[in-house]
This record gives sequence, structure tokens and C-alpha cells, in this order.
Amino acid sequence: MKFIIENVNAWFGSVQSLKEISMEVKADEILTIIGPSNSGKTTFLRILNRMHELNPVFRMQGRVQFNGSDISTMEVGLLRKKIGMVFALPLPLPFTIYENITYALKMHGIRNRSIHMERAEKALRQASLWNEVKDRLKTSAFKLSGGQQQRLCIARTLALEPDVILFDEPCSGLDPISTAKVEEAMFELKKEYTIVLVTNNVKQAARVGDKTAFFLNGELIELDKTEKIFTVPSDQRTDDYIRGKFG
Amino acid sequence: MNMNPRTTQKLAFAFFLLATLLIIVPVGLIVVVIIQKGLPAISWEFLTSVPKKGMRAGGIFPAIIGTLYLVSGAILFALPIGLFSAIYLSEYAKDNYMNRIIKLSIVNLAGVPSVVYGLFGLALFVDFFKFGVSILAGSLTLGIMILPIIITASREALEAVPSSFREVSLSLGASKWQTIRHIVLPNSISGIITGTILGIGRAAGETAPILFTVAAFYIPKLPHSIFDQVMALPYHLYVISTQVPNVSEQIRYGTALVLIGMVLLMNLAAIIIRYQFRKKKKW
Repeated sequence: MKFIIENVNAWFGSVQSLKEISMEVKADEILTIIGPSNSGKTTFLRILNRMHELNPVFRMQGRVQFNGSDISTMEVGLLRKKIGMVFALPLPLPFTIYENITYALKMHGIRNRSIHMERAEKALRQASLWNEVKDRLKTSAFKLSGGQQQRLCIARTLALEPDVILFDEPCSGLDPISTAKVEEAMFELKKEYTIVLVTNNVKQAARVGDKTAFFLNGELIELDKTEKIFTVPSDQRTDDYIRGKFG
Repeated sequence: MNMNPRTTQKLAFAFFLLATLLIIVPVGLIVVVIIQKGLPAISWEFLTSVPKKGMRAGGIFPAIIGTLYLVSGAILFALPIGLFSAIYLSEYAKDNYMNRIIKLSIVNLAGVPSVVYGLFGLALFVDFFKFGVSILAGSLTLGIMILPIIITASREALEAVPSSFREVSLSLGASKWQTIRHIVLPNSISGIITGTILGIGRAAGETAPILFTVAAFYIPKLPHSIFDQVMALPYHLYVISTQVPNVSEQIRYGTALVLIGMVLLMNLAAIIIRYQFRKKKKW
């Protein structure tokens, strides 16, 4: 098991955003999380790499184990190195394409330049971006298109050789063609990484996920194999949501 | 009254333009008058020799050097402290009672009249710390005076860096300090330099804070240590304009021209540095 989540409750100020979430995430699978906005999907995702701690009004109860150890006792820098995150909007850092990838390596004390180059090429290939940028690694990352920027963000995460990658609605700001390319990159990654993908796009969940979890109003309604969720869900609310009756 | 909207718009624009042009007039007049009356006094001798004949002749070299020392000292003191506190306030400080008091104090510090800084410097640096009337005491007093300028400008520059950059850096496992050092500071440096430019101008031009803490009426030699008194351009200008009779208009305006020129040169240096940083900016 990659993650064991037990009885997690979370609040922003006095508003409870997650209620008694318990679930497990297996190694080397894609778990997609679907649900309408404000259902707690993103909050759940950010708990896994402790990004929620940046919000001063956030509070939580419950326990999350990663590879068998409680994440609240782990050194947060190392935890985030092992659990990479790709955000909803493409967020390159204000550097060149190459520096975007080597930044995190440098911050983790990897100074060897040949390792930098090696990891950058590998990560860019894995993110299906290498062929498009190999001749302009020294240009600003902001010169790339939105879809390319998002794949750069994926590559930036991959360069750290993480265990898990968290995707927070990674295609919500992208056009269909860029979305297809990002999904293609995700399929590639599925082979080697555990992926948790939060998405607003039900069809994307059906295309990509091994397992699918449905969140509603901060509760985990159902978690099952993706085929089952999309054919014979056990909860009426899941059925209504994937048929587009609400959300 | 019923007016055509287009006429109203034209009228409004005309007023705005007029208001903007009105700003140029005093600035332009100051520069023109000072150059016109002061330029004839400027010579190599004026810039590099000591005052003679009871400051009615000779040059203003000691005052130029004095102002240089004072401004550098003030920046040396105020820039690091101001920047560090700006980093603390914008990056680390939680929004609590204590920090709100700190922010309020900084705003109030900016509103204190400069002569009060002079008295404060006299009491604290000259008397209490026993620095005497000296470059050290004067620089520190000027430094405290420009602290709020530097803190406010730096804070604004730091806060203008998109929070998403910080979030991305932290999500990659970088520490908070690494994020500040490698992401936030490099992207706010030009705003911080702008604050420093404003500070330089203010420190170079003020008379009251140095009146009791460093400025000498007349010392025809250069200081040997930071515990010596010096002459300074703004005070010298005050002295030759009001305290010494029969100083020629040329010398007075020449001194003012040198003061303006020095501030301009220091600003120019800072602007060039800022330009170099802006060129590197990638967003």
C-alpha cells in the first residue's frame, strides 16, 4: 500500500471540508478522484503531501500513512520530494526550461551537472516534451504554450524521481489537444508511478483511472474499480453524477 | 446642465492632462533655475578644494565627501535591516496583534518629522551610546529615517511575487528559506532597489537629522574615522545661505546643483543595477 488514510476530517476555519475519509491507495495504480466542485477532492489531495499546511486556517484530524510511516512525522521536504504535485494551472517557475527542471534538484543538494542533464532529458522524455524543447532548453519557460508548460511541470516533478505524483485537475486550463497530450504523458507514467488524479472531467477519469473515487460534500461516497463505477455504481448519487444529472 | 458625453469626456481628459503638465512645471523650473544660476560656479577647483575666506570662496570638497559618507553609511545600515524586516513581515509573520502593531509602527515612523529624528539621534547615538557628534551617529540617524521607506518598498516588492511561485517551490520539497532565497528575492530585487533609490535621495537631502548628530559648520579637512564630524552638502547650503553673510549667489546655487547632481548620479547607478536585474526577469 502506498497510502493508508484513516478517519481524516478537515476544516477551513469552521467549515468542514472532509468528513471521516478512510481509504487505501495501492502502489502503481492510477486512482482518479471525481466529484463536483467543493466536494473536498483538492483538499484531500493536498493533505497527501502536506501542502494544506500552508493555509493558516486549515486544521485536520486523522492519520495518513505513506509507505508505512505517518506523514506528519516525516521531514516535509523529503515527503514532497517523494510525492510530486502538478497543479491545476500550468505554473512554470520564472526560469528557463532547463532551470525549471534543475531547480528542485539543486534545492535537494544535487549539484552534479551531468546528473542534471541526464535527469532533465529523461524527465522531459517521460513527459512527452523532449522533442518539442530539446533545441531551446535555455529559453524562458513562459515562451511555451499552456499544454507544453503543463508537461514541463510534470517533467519538473519527475526529475526528482518521486514515488507518487498528485495531479490536481491538470487539464482544467487546457484545450482538447493539449489535454490529449497531457493524458498521453500520464499513460506513460502509469507504468512506473503511483498516480492520484483529481479531475472535474468525468470522461477523463473513465479514460485514465484504474480505480475511481467519488467525493460529494466532503464525504467519500464510493471507491471501486473504474469499470464498475462507470457501469454499475453501488450508490445512486454516483450514478447521477457520472450521468451528468448534477455537478 | 445637459452636455454631450463626448464633450464631457474631452473636457475631462483636458483637465487630467493639465494636472499632469502642472507637475512638470515646478520640477522643470527648479532644475532650470539651479542650473542657470549654479553652473557658472562649477569648476574642478570648486569640486575638489576646501572652502576659503569664511566659505565665501574656494570649494565644497569636504561637504561632498561628508554627504557621500553619510548616505553610504545610512544605506549600509538601513538596507539590510529594512530588507530583513520586510522579509519577516511579508513571508513569515502571521497576522496577529503583535505584527499589526509592528506594521503600524513602521507607518508611523514614516510620518515622524525629520527634526525629531535629529533630536532622537542626539539623545540615543550621540549621548547614550557616546558616539559623539560623528559620522556614525549621523549615518545611523539618517538610516533610521529611511528605514520605513525601504521596508515599505521591499514589502510591496516581495508581496508582488505571485504566491503560486512559492507554492510550486514548496511543493517540490524546497524549504521556506530556499524558496525565499531563490524564488522570491530574485523576483523582487528591482522593487527593493527602487526603495533604496528613494532612501538615497531622502538621506542625501535632509538637513535636520544631521544637524545635531554629525554636521560641522566648517571643517576644512577630511574625516579620519567614523567618529569624526564632517561637513555635509544640505547643511553647508543652509549655512552659506543663512548664517554667513555675503556669500555669492553663484556659490550657493553651485552647491545646490552639486547636491542635486549627486543624488541624480547615485540614483542613476541604482537604476542601472535595477535595469540589469529586470533584463533577467522571465515573466
